[in-house]
Amino acid sequence: MLKTILSRVIQTIIVVFLLVTFVFFAVRAIPGNPFASDKATSPEAQAALEAYYGLDKPLPIQYFNYWKNILTEGDFGDSLAMKGRKVSTLISESFPVSLKLGLLSLALGMGIGIPLGIVAALFHNKWQDYTAMVVAMAGICVVAFVLGPIFQLSIARPLSWLNVAGWNRTSDIILPSITLCFGVAAYLARLTRGGMLDVLSQDYIRTARAKGVPTLQIITKHAMRPALMPAVTFLGPAFAAIITGSFVVENIFLVPGMGQHFVLGITSKDYNLVLGLVLFYGILMGIANLLSDIALILMDPKLRTS
Amino acid sequence: MTPAVQTLKADIPVAEKGSSLWADAFVRLKKNKLAMLGGIIVILILILCFIVAPILAAIGWNANEQDLANRFAGVGEKGILGTDQLGRDLFMRVLEGGQISLLVAILATCMTVTIGVIYGGIAGYIGGTLGSIMMRIVDGLLAMPFLIIVILFRELITGHVDVAAKFLIDDWGWNDNTVLRFANLIPLTIAIAGFGWLSMGRIVRSSAASLSKQEFVEAARSLGLSHTRILFRHIVPNMLGPVIIYATLTIPSFILYEATLSFIGLGIEPPNSSWGKLIQEGANFLETNVTVLAVPAVMFSLTLFAFNFLGDGLRDALDPKASKD
Repeated sequence: MLKTILSRVIQTIIVVFLLVTFVFFAVRAIPGNPFASDKATSPEAQAALEAYYGLDKPLPIQYFNYWKNILTEGDFGDSLAMKGRKVSTLISESFPVSLKLGLLSLALGMGIGIPLGIVAALFHNKWQDYTAMVVAMAGICVVAFVLGPIFQLSIARPLSWLNVAGWNRTSDIILPSITLCFGVAAYLARLTRGGMLDVLSQDYIRTARAKGVPTLQIITKHAMRPALMPAVTFLGPAFAAIITGSFVVENIFLVPGMGQHFVLGITSKDYNLVLGLVLFYGILMGIANLLSDIALILMDPKLRTS
Repeated sequence: MTPAVQTLKADIPVAEKGSSLWADAFVRLKKNKLAMLGGIIVILILILCFIVAPILAAIGWNANEQDLANRFAGVGEKGILGTDQLGRDLFMRVLEGGQISLLVAILATCMTVTIGVIYGGIAGYIGGTLGSIMMRIVDGLLAMPFLIIVILFRELITGHVDVAAKFLIDDWGWNDNTVLRFANLIPLTIAIAGFGWLSMGRIVRSSAASLSKQEFVEAARSLGLSHTRILFRHIVPNMLGPVIIYATLTIPSFILYEATLSFIGLGIEPPNSSWGKLIQEGANFLETNVTVLAVPAVMFSLTLFAFNFLGDGLRDALDPKASKD
């Protein structure tokens, strides 16, 4: 177990390092500069701004300074587009929003997807199975930016107490999280079905059946744990993806999460903001993968001993 | 003489004719009604977008002609599916948007297959330390957040492509409209393919690794064939099955990525339009005119459905062991 954790941590460090390195040079190689959009600024003022943010130095030195500031002071730098704001403040303001949305939709997705997959496997090749799989396919194909507007129109409009978009009331989390959860539910349903079908054909399940164990107990006691392994493997990356990939949903429902910062950061060439977000995402993804690794080890005795 | 030959052929029982892997697979595919339906819809959509739309455009149906007097015309009032916020023919716009969406996805998938087969094939064939280093690189790239990297990569290429496009227009006198259309499309395609080939590479590697241990490869080696020839003439043709399956499933995911990026404004830009772009524009008129959103959204979802069902069906047909029966 310790070995798995250690190797995952090392892998995360390497990935984050490479990611930041790639993004650092990539954003700077994009034509244009962060201050070009301030139309009123003269070349002198631009040069002064560049000097202030340390962008006039050679790239290797900028790169070195970036890591030095993070490692020694934990400083992600200042936002170049939103003057006077630190990247760390922007992230710490928007991350809780994204996290809340992500966790809720992940929970909803698990609540819908896993039972759907189990039902599909139990009624394999019967109408319940086909219905469940068509529903799951719908969850994959009718994506967030189609679902979002549909929900706005069909749920939020008729219900006067629900906002169509925005992030002011507690109830505002409902629509975006429903929209986000469908994709997760769909993948989970397919993975759970596959895992369940694998397990149900095993000998020990047949033995349990022969002994006369009730079906419900076979599922909950014997089949459930191994059957959920593929789903758990998926959950780690899915958690990271639901936070990274939620910029579509954030865009539709005007949620002040991390996604909008990223899109804005790219379009306004806010180097520090983009880098900070990417670094943050990278670490988040490593943590999510680590958690799913640990869950897998706890679930599977074979992994525990090896 | 001729009738005799015919009877002879007819006398052979079906079972003895021998059937290839592909014929077997087709029989299984035909039994899967959803997959067949998906396949038919895919073909219909491809015909509509790449054959019917250019013909209609040639006879004067224009997707970009504005008619401000007839904004938001209903279905059947003007054109087949009415008009959008600028009075443009919605039917033509959806077909031309589909052209771009499908073009990006199919081109990117072709690149994915090429890179994946070469990289994965080499990694699987040579194996050993170098092979596993090659796969470690893939694992590392796979661990990165896909959309973020694609967005950055696209921005990076766009700058260079824009310079090239300007050169083509100014110095070579190319048609600026055509060049600009492609200048927007190419970076997105390359960016998606540039990071989309990783899973394909993995799949190819695992089948190349297991194939290269088989006897026919040993036989080819003992005949003194070169490694390149063994790899591309003997191993690669044998893994067409998984490659085709995965490519069919890659197309819808690339359509989805393209649409997502276009939706947030970091993908297809005017004068091009794609389904994602149309959906984004349509979402603005959600409250007043649903058709502007509904038409591209339905086409988009239908296409994803069709490709996914076809891909799933192909997987079940070509690789019966992998399907959970």
